[in-house]
Amino acid sequence: MLAKLWNLLRTRRLDREMDAELRHHLESLEAEHRARGLTPEDARLAARRDFGAVSRTREDHREQRGLPPLETLARDVRLSLRSMRRAPVVTLAVLATLAIGIGANTAIFSVVNAVLIRPLPYPEADRLISISLASPVMQIADLDSAPYVYLTQRDQSRTLEGVGLWFLQAVNVTGREQPERVMALRATADILPVLGVEPLLGRYFTPTDDEPGRRPTAVLMHGYWQRQFGGDRAVVGRTVTVDGAPHDIIGVMPPRFRFLDQDVDLIAPAQLDPARVFAGGFGAPSLARLKPGVTIEQAAADLARLLPVAADAFPVMPGFTREMLDGGEWQPLLLPLKQDVVGDAGNTLWVVMGTLGLVLLVACANVANLILVRTEGRQRELAVRAALGASWGRIARGLLTESIVLGVAGGVLGVAVAYAGLRVLLTLGASSLPRMDEIAIDGSVLLFALAVSVLSALLFGTLPVLRYARPRLAATLRSESRGSSGSREHLRARGALVILQVALALALLVSAGLMIRTFGELAGVDPGFTRPDEVQTLRVTIPASSQPDAELAARRQQAIADAMAALPGVESAAYASALPLQPGVTQMDLLVMEGGRMQAEGELPQNRAFHLVSPEFFATMGTSLVAGRDFTSADLYERRAVALISEDLATREWGSPAEALGRHLRGGSNQQPWREVVGVVSNVHNQGVHEPAGRTVYLPALTEFTMGQPPGVARSVSYVIRSDRAGTPGFLADVQRAVWAVDPELPLADVRTMGDYYGDSLARTSLTLVLLAVAGSMALLLGVIGIYGVVSYAVSQRTREVGIRLALGAERREIGGMFLRQALALTAVGVVVGLAGAIGLARWMSVLLFGVSPLDPVTYVAVSVTLVAAAALASYLPSRRAMRLQPTVALRDD
Amino acid sequence: MSKEVLQGTLDLMVLRTLESMGPQHGFGLAKRILQISEGILDLNQGTLYPALLRLEQRGWIRSKWGTSDHNRKAKFYELTARGRRQIAQETESWTHTVSLMDRFLRTPAPEDR
Repeated sequence: MLAKLWNLLRTRRLDREMDAELRHHLESLEAEHRARGLTPEDARLAARRDFGAVSRTREDHREQRGLPPLETLARDVRLSLRSMRRAPVVTLAVLATLAIGIGANTAIFSVVNAVLIRPLPYPEADRLISISLASPVMQIADLDSAPYVYLTQRDQSRTLEGVGLWFLQAVNVTGREQPERVMALRATADILPVLGVEPLLGRYFTPTDDEPGRRPTAVLMHGYWQRQFGGDRAVVGRTVTVDGAPHDIIGVMPPRFRFLDQDVDLIAPAQLDPARVFAGGFGAPSLARLKPGVTIEQAAADLARLLPVAADAFPVMPGFTREMLDGGEWQPLLLPLKQDVVGDAGNTLWVVMGTLGLVLLVACANVANLILVRTEGRQRELAVRAALGASWGRIARGLLTESIVLGVAGGVLGVAVAYAGLRVLLTLGASSLPRMDEIAIDGSVLLFALAVSVLSALLFGTLPVLRYARPRLAATLRSESRGSSGSREHLRARGALVILQVALALALLVSAGLMIRTFGELAGVDPGFTRPDEVQTLRVTIPASSQPDAELAARRQQAIADAMAALPGVESAAYASALPLQPGVTQMDLLVMEGGRMQAEGELPQNRAFHLVSPEFFATMGTSLVAGRDFTSADLYERRAVALISEDLATREWGSPAEALGRHLRGGSNQQPWREVVGVVSNVHNQGVHEPAGRTVYLPALTEFTMGQPPGVARSVSYVIRSDRAGTPGFLADVQRAVWAVDPELPLADVRTMGDYYGDSLARTSLTLVLLAVAGSMALLLGVIGIYGVVSYAVSQRTREVGIRLALGAERREIGGMFLRQALALTAVGVVVGLAGAIGLARWMSVLLFGVSPLDPVTYVAVSVTLVAAAALASYLPSRRAMRLQPTVALRDD
Repeated sequence: MSKEVLQGTLDLMVLRTLESMGPQHGFGLAKRILQISEGILDLNQGTLYPALLRLEQRGWIRSKWGTSDHNRKAKFYELTARGRRQIAQETESWTHTVSLMDRFLRTPAPEDR
């Protein structure tokens, strides 16, 4: 058997050998005839005559080899199509079921393939890693690397082929028609060589360009080049003004290049100044390429060796000591770059993929059921064919061909469904999944669809083959199928399918139910601000080139807020260095608290979020003041050493918000002034509603010293404007005029409402919820159809028996009850099996849950009750038909 | 008399021919079989090849490429040990069948009596 299969794979070679052999024979015959004096032409004909039909020999030879002649296959397919046409309703039902099942799986596979399976779009991407650090003693799980670490690795690493440092910087591009806010990637000269990417036009930075003090250069990203420069190839050599400084354009990146998962418009050299690099200044992302054959563990060990070397090579950050740095016990945290980009998206995707796989199983069970019914009806046809000489193997092949034709046709429709489904999925998940732009239905996705189709076909096609394609000829021809032992057995097979369907549907509905509960829990979390849809936000940056003086910059920021507040329909306006739920802009610093519990217990200072906020920020956001007072403009302009803290932080450190007032705190550097806590505000979920509310420190928007470095003003701030007109085009035009009335050079960025940020933070959960709910409802529907089908079938099979019982005086109610009881017994078994499955599934998806146990009794009970009720309804309808049978009709019916 | 080859007899003929002649290519085999049958057998020579493949799949013969008398590449077949055993077995069962059929054919029909 295996040899035959193997032969199938090398058909072409075997054909060539066979032909050579046959040719040898024919030519030898010909030679013999010529030797007997025939003309060459006659000899050739005589040879043919002796040999017989060559094509026939070849066919026979091939068949013997194991390849069914193409002709037979074509006939099987033709027969299948004909028999499908004869039963259009069943065929349509089967095709629709398969199209949905295969389509859903294909769509989600195309996402999984793009996000999780395909390597990042760089050459030999498996050697790319991201470099971070962790400090268990300071409870810092993952902190971006640092310039001092990068410089040391660049010069002394034994395991890395190259390493690069980068950070993102929102910049103002001016000197064109309108000022524009764009995202710049500040990168060292080695970033693109490490990634293995070349510019499309011009060149990338040389190490010389990357030296501090050099005239800055810029490489444009393809999209930005197209958008702003119309794809003009002469752009190389021109200049572009970035944050007031002219940059020479030296190159353009190719269209397919994307920097990790970041939306970047242009790349400029980081121009790190080694003279201003300090040991301990963390927070710069860094990526590297391993030397061939080096493992990630070896690279980590190498970096562990270099960390003390690096600390020796650079002066410690002003205000810190070497002891403080060493006390952090920093460890290397190296991850494959792909994992760093993809993050935890895999959790969601694998769960969804798994559940959709289960839906396909349910669909296959349903299709198997339908096909069983149809084959049952064709039992006599098959028996006659067998009697007329078709071998049972031949019949089995015919049945299986039918299933595969159905499966592949369903798969083709499924790909169409996947195209449509993918569009919906991308709309739903656009903001919650990485690498979305790489998702497409490509060759490997189509291959997957084909494999799934054929596999499903084998799955649902095997059952009828096992059941019918075997010698039971005499029995079948003799008896009517009705009431025979064959149909009992048959009913048992269908019962098993029903149990499977109910079990799978239950497991899927439980997982959907748990997601609904999770969503409810998340929606119930008080994010720390109110009515987010009424808060308009936007980001404005005043570069030092435009206003070098910190206080004047702060006054200009305040003037903009005042102009906004004066707009019609605006309650209040304010600004801050970072907004709750806004990704990627939170600044962290070590926090030292006077007389705080942590210090009392000898713990090291913890890394905390520091936000700079203007007066009225909390009033505008709807974050309530728990104790003390808000900042005033005097706090800003007199640069008073004051701070607000979050309620949680106050309670943890000093016992209560009231106790915290008048206490003092400062940032990690001992050069920072002690600040008096003048107020406590309620907790805000800055990192997302599923994360615990951050313990946050708020400083005045203008202050002497922040994050260890002057000048004390946040150059880039987000405005918040509370107005019921938020988000409307007219309002945005008003806001833009208000900003430009103060400074016409300022572009607006990230124009969104607080509600958008809030929605984004729930996006992953709602995507999972929708997908699981769709999967669960599909499984429920299919399961209910399955139960309905089995009971209807049982009723039709036992019409005569019911007739006799009724004639003998059985109660109609009792008859109906009999069918109902049988169906519910099957359902009960399915529910029990399903509960076990659901527990397994729920544990697997527990990372996606929030505020609800994987064993949440409410969900399990509600789903079980729903399912039993649906099953009862589905079996009641056909049972009623049995109750209403007229004995005379039932007995006559043959 | 029918000149068709009885199912199964061709296999035995091939095996026996290989036993007596040693390794042989398809053309040689066909020639030899026709020669021995002295015109009684009307063999479409092409039917030989599926039979050869079948015997090979059963492990009774094996094949390899070699050079023929006329210095041309040809596939040669030779008997395996299992093939030899098979000849003995088939010969016995064939003799058995022949003697059985013989008895039936020699018993006079009732109307002849």
